[in-house]
Amino acid sequence: MAGSVEHAEHAPFPVAARTALADTQLRRNLGRATHAIRIKRAAVVSEMPDWEALREAGRALKERVLRHLDHYLVELEQSVQRAGGNVHWARDADECNRIVADLAVSHGVTDVVKVKSLTTEETELNEALAQRGISAVETDLAQLIIQLSHDTPSHILVPAIHRNRAEIRELFMRTLQEAPADLSDDPRRLAMVAREHLRRRFMSAKVAISGANFAVAQTGTVAVVESEGNGRMCTTLPHVLITVMGIEKVLPTWQDVEVFLQLLPRSSTAERMNPYTSLWTGVTAFDGPQEFHLVLLDNGRSNALADPVGRQALNCIRCSACLNVCPVYERTGGHAYGSVYPGPIGAILTPMLKGLDEAGTLPFASSLCGACAEVCPVKIEIPRVLVHLRHQVAEHKSRRAPERVTMQALARVFADRRLYEAAQRSGRVAQWPLARSGKITRLPGALGGWTSARDLPALPAQTFREWWRERHRGEPA
Amino acid sequence: MSSRPPGVSLFVTCVGDTLFPKAAIAVVALLERLGVFVDFPREQTCCGQMHFNTGYQREVIPLVRRFVSTFGASELIVSPSASCVAMVRDYYPVVAALSGDSGLTAQVDAIIPRVLELSELLVDHLGVDDVGAYFPHRVTFHPTCHSTRLLKIGDRPQRLLRAVRGIELVELPEAAQCCGFGGTFSIKNADTSTAMLTDKVRAILDTGAEVCSAADSSCLMNIGGALSRQRAGVRTMHFAEILAATEPL
Repeated sequence: MAGSVEHAEHAPFPVAARTALADTQLRRNLGRATHAIRIKRAAVVSEMPDWEALREAGRALKERVLRHLDHYLVELEQSVQRAGGNVHWARDADECNRIVADLAVSHGVTDVVKVKSLTTEETELNEALAQRGISAVETDLAQLIIQLSHDTPSHILVPAIHRNRAEIRELFMRTLQEAPADLSDDPRRLAMVAREHLRRRFMSAKVAISGANFAVAQTGTVAVVESEGNGRMCTTLPHVLITVMGIEKVLPTWQDVEVFLQLLPRSSTAERMNPYTSLWTGVTAFDGPQEFHLVLLDNGRSNALADPVGRQALNCIRCSACLNVCPVYERTGGHAYGSVYPGPIGAILTPMLKGLDEAGTLPFASSLCGACAEVCPVKIEIPRVLVHLRHQVAEHKSRRAPERVTMQALARVFADRRLYEAAQRSGRVAQWPLARSGKITRLPGALGGWTSARDLPALPAQTFREWWRERHRGEPA
Repeated sequence: MSSRPPGVSLFVTCVGDTLFPKAAIAVVALLERLGVFVDFPREQTCCGQMHFNTGYQREVIPLVRRFVSTFGASELIVSPSASCVAMVRDYYPVVAALSGDSGLTAQVDAIIPRVLELSELLVDHLGVDDVGAYFPHRVTFHPTCHSTRLLKIGDRPQRLLRAVRGIELVELPEAAQCCGFGGTFSIKNADTSTAMLTDKVRAILDTGAEVCSAADSSCLMNIGGALSRQRAGVRTMHFAEILAATEPL
């Protein structure tokens, strides 16, 4: 379990967020990046007259998949095997990593090339491979930046969104021997250095590891969409291809792919279609990898599936539109969430995959503004799931937890009109030591967070209901 | 457009009742000026939104029962708080289901179509855009998250405000961005909330408005709290207060 120590010890969201909020470079990098992609996404989505119908189709398809997941997974296994591939089932991260490492070791390799994959970030595969003496080379540019700087991704789609090009130039100068002494921070020049660095690895790698965007149960076809072509290299050049895929990524039929190939690029990179869409079905003699392994990963997904409200989080196609519009993510960045899945989707998915004991502050990392649900291409009602998970957190709190005691006392007051009116009157008396010139500038205890940046209006001399009663005095009640 | 103006019951909300009676009094003045008979069922307290959104959903069951018994006989129910109306519309069915009481579910389903946010009552039911108000001030309007994304009231409040005589209504930059309130979010994640609020306040100040208005007193409490702390010289007003204002005789 060495690999998961870092996450287990992650600070609660409010604490981690405080550090992130104070990082002015991070705030600027993220603000610019999310703002730009938000505008681009809105523009390409508005071109689609049938966008709402597509979203509904995407949601309905995912719902059907989840309802019959057992059936589609077995069908997928049979289809992949029929096409000459091998299928492995992994209950959790450890089992998944062991399967992949055993395969790599059996081919006698010491390094593998990787397509950017959130699922293998989730299982911390690279760390597990390192323990078996295998070094994994990330070939996606942003993921390479993360790997070279010993960082963790802070965004689903743009893992290094928190870095700007000046920082990347310095990193390349420090870590890549291909970097010339006069390297500028021009994005094209930076990309060319990475390209030179990676090209050698593509040509020599015997084993590649990828994730999957979709897999078709009917045909056994697996799909990866990407922008840089590194994925195409990894899925075609090496002799052996190992794909790690969450069990929720299966789609019933070939035709279903079209819905997601329209929804995904516009929602994620704000492109009309992905520059590279790689599709492969098992193995083909003399063309591409001659050995294909598909590892189907559960790792908490069955738990999420068992939750009738929460299971819709498994609809997610990892587009990251919800991150880009989230006012919380925009300011704290991804690391504050302590998970490979940050932002609104991470705030619901992570607690369901890892458990609320480990990620119990994440469902509260939202103002419930609803911007995420508005853009989600598969219509996940993220705010609905957030309050559902908050309910689970509250139910598990100790009976004597101060918040629970307070909330229950307040609920009793609201449940009784006489108590409520008495509380309004006594509030006016109780605020006396705090209120000055009609406002309260400092509140005690947990409420102090409010007055750290804001005043609170003092309770006025008369409530609305007192005004109403005075106005209607003498009338029959 | 109905020929007979309806009678409406005011669902004032606990925040409106206790902290912002001026906005609630403005609702009464405005509706009575438009010939609507307003009553105030005294048994109402709180809709339970804070409890629900913080995770204390069982505690909301008695509040849902109280709401349907208090307003069950009302023809129409109107509230100046978009987020409390959204609580009733979107989440009362969830709470009723949690109670396991199918009778409560039926009562909730029956009452929901009669619960309206103020601008919905004015524009959709009374068919008015111009309420005959006069307010000679520079105003910007913050479209709150729950009013636009949950209730989907669109630009109804702005349409009503644009018809006000003397008003100079100026566009708020990045208007759809959350102000950072989010109920207990502003306490539990005070730092992040403050960062969001700071950007909202900056946008408001950029407009040069002297008044920031909205359809939710709670969001205005958040925004107004920062404006007050910063001595910004901008005040917050519920849009009902602007619509209730008239030319001095």
